[in-house]
Amino acid sequence: MQNDLTLEHAKRNWRPCAKIETLQKRSQWLRQLRAFFYAREVMEVDTPMLSQSATPDRHLDSLKTAVRLPGQSSTHIYYLHTSPEYPMKRLLCAGSGDIFYLGKVFRNGDLSPRHQVEFTMLEWYRLGFSLAEMMQETAEVIQVVLGNLPIEVLTYQQAFLQYANLANIHNATAAECRACLRAFNLPEVVGVEADDKALWEQLVLTEVIEPQLGVDRITCLSHYPAREAALAQISTGNPQEALRFEVFVHGMELANGYQELQEAGATHRRFQQSLQQRQADGVETVPLDNRLLAGLTDAGLPACSGVALGVDRLFSLAIGAHQLSEVMTFSIENA
Amino acid sequence: MASVSTNEFKNGLKFLMDGQPCNIVDNQIVQPGKGQAFNRVKFRNLITGRVLEKTFKSGEKVEAADVMDTDLQYLYNDGEFWHFMDPATFDQYQASEAAVADVQKWLIEQDMCTVTLWNGDPISVMPPKQVVLEVVETDPGLKGDTAGTGGKPATLSTGAVVQVPLFIQIGEKVICNTQTGDYISRAK
Repeated sequence: MQNDLTLEHAKRNWRPCAKIETLQKRSQWLRQLRAFFYAREVMEVDTPMLSQSATPDRHLDSLKTAVRLPGQSSTHIYYLHTSPEYPMKRLLCAGSGDIFYLGKVFRNGDLSPRHQVEFTMLEWYRLGFSLAEMMQETAEVIQVVLGNLPIEVLTYQQAFLQYANLANIHNATAAECRACLRAFNLPEVVGVEADDKALWEQLVLTEVIEPQLGVDRITCLSHYPAREAALAQISTGNPQEALRFEVFVHGMELANGYQELQEAGATHRRFQQSLQQRQADGVETVPLDNRLLAGLTDAGLPACSGVALGVDRLFSLAIGAHQLSEVMTFSIENA
Repeated sequence: MASVSTNEFKNGLKFLMDGQPCNIVDNQIVQPGKGQAFNRVKFRNLITGRVLEKTFKSGEKVEAADVMDTDLQYLYNDGEFWHFMDPATFDQYQASEAAVADVQKWLIEQDMCTVTLWNGDPISVMPPKQVVLEVVETDPGLKGDTAGTGGKPATLSTGAVVQVPLFIQIGEKVICNTQTGDYISRAK
C-alpha cells in the first residue's frame, strides 16, 4: 500500500479520495465553521503542529520527526500534535481570550473507516463557560453542518441505565458489565482480565451504548467517570464524576470536551499518572509540556471550557459517507 | 511459533485460535478518543469453515499459523486418503476425509487443485472452478426438449448429483461449476 510508489500503481491511485463536488461542500462548511466563531468574536489561532513535548495520554501515540536547526550538530526530536490543547492553554494563560483552532492533527496507528492518522480538528476554548454551556455551543456548531437536529443531554450514568440496563455504573462490578455484554449477544472479548471493571465498562459503552446514541439527534453524554477525567475538573457534587462530555451523532463520537482543570499541581499529577501508566504498560514515555505547567503556575488558566471536534467525521455524517476518506482530498493511503 | 500482535492484524492473516488455524476476513479498530483500543475481528476457522467474531484488546498477541495455499495435482484416493502431488517438486501430500469432505465429489484425477496446507498437511482443498464429468445415471429424458426448460437429477462419475436439462443422457459429459454445484453446459 504505502510503499507502492511505482508509476503503474500511481496511475490507479493519483485521483482524490473525495469527489470534487464533496470538496466544494467541504470548502463551504469550513468557511461556515470559521464564520460561526468569527461572528462570536472567537479568535482563530494557528498553533504549531510541532512541539518538543507530547501528550502523555496512555492511548495516544504522537508521531515524531527529527528537526535540524542551524548551529547544532545533532537533530532534535519534535512531536506532531495530537490536538492543539497545550499551546492553546498557554495562550489562554497569556490572556488570549476565546480562541479556536481549525487544522490538522496526527494520531499514529489510527486507521479505520472512522480514523485517519492525519485528520482535521476543530478545537475551541470559551472563557467562563460551564460544561452545559459548552455542550450547547458544541451542538450548535454541529448544527451548522448537519442542520437543525434536536439536541439531547444525557449523563453517562443515565445512558448506562437507559441503554444497557445498568442502574449505577459507577458502583457496578466487572461481572455485571460482562453479563451485560453477554445479554446483548456481543462477540467474545479476548485479552481483558475478568476483574478489570474499567475496561469492561468501556466495552459496554463502545459496543452496547454508543451505537444507540445520537439517532436522528445530537446526543451530549456528560459526566464521564473521574478516572477518565483527562484534564477535566472533577465534579464538586460527586467525586466519581468528571466535568467531561462527548457528543454523538448516529453512534459516532464527534467531540470531546471539558470544563477545564485549572490547578497546575493537579494537572502535573495527572500527567505523572499517565506517564506511570505508560511505563507500566511498556509504552514509550514522552517529554511533558513543562511550558504549559509553567503557564498554569505563573499566570493561571482562566475558568473556561474547551472542546475538540472531529471535522472529517462531521462532514462524513453530512454526506452519509461510509468512511472518512470520502470527504478528504487524499487519505493516508494515497497521500 | 511466532506470535502476531493485533497491531499487525489484516485481512488474510492466518493465526491459531483454540488450536485451530483461522483466517482473518475483517478487522476493524475501535479507538475511543480517550481509552483502550480494541480490534473487532471476523475470522474463518479454516478447518470447520465457520466464521466467528471476537473482540481483541489491542496489543494482545496470538500465535501465527503456518498456513499456505499451494497448487497441487490430485492423484488418487486409496480408500482412506486423497493423494496430491506438487508437479514441480514431485512432493506428495495426503489429505484426510475431513479436508476433502465438501469437495471430494468434484475431485478428478490429474486436475490441479488449490490445497491449503497447515504445518505441511492439507486441511482444505479447492477443486478447479469448472470440471467435466460423465453422467452415469439419469432418467431417460425427452429427446425434443432442447430448450432446457425442465430439469432432472443426474448422478456423475464421482458421485456428484446435479440438476441437468431433460435432454442429457447417460454417457454424456457435462461441465459443472464446483462452487455452486450447478450444471453449466454439455461438454464438447
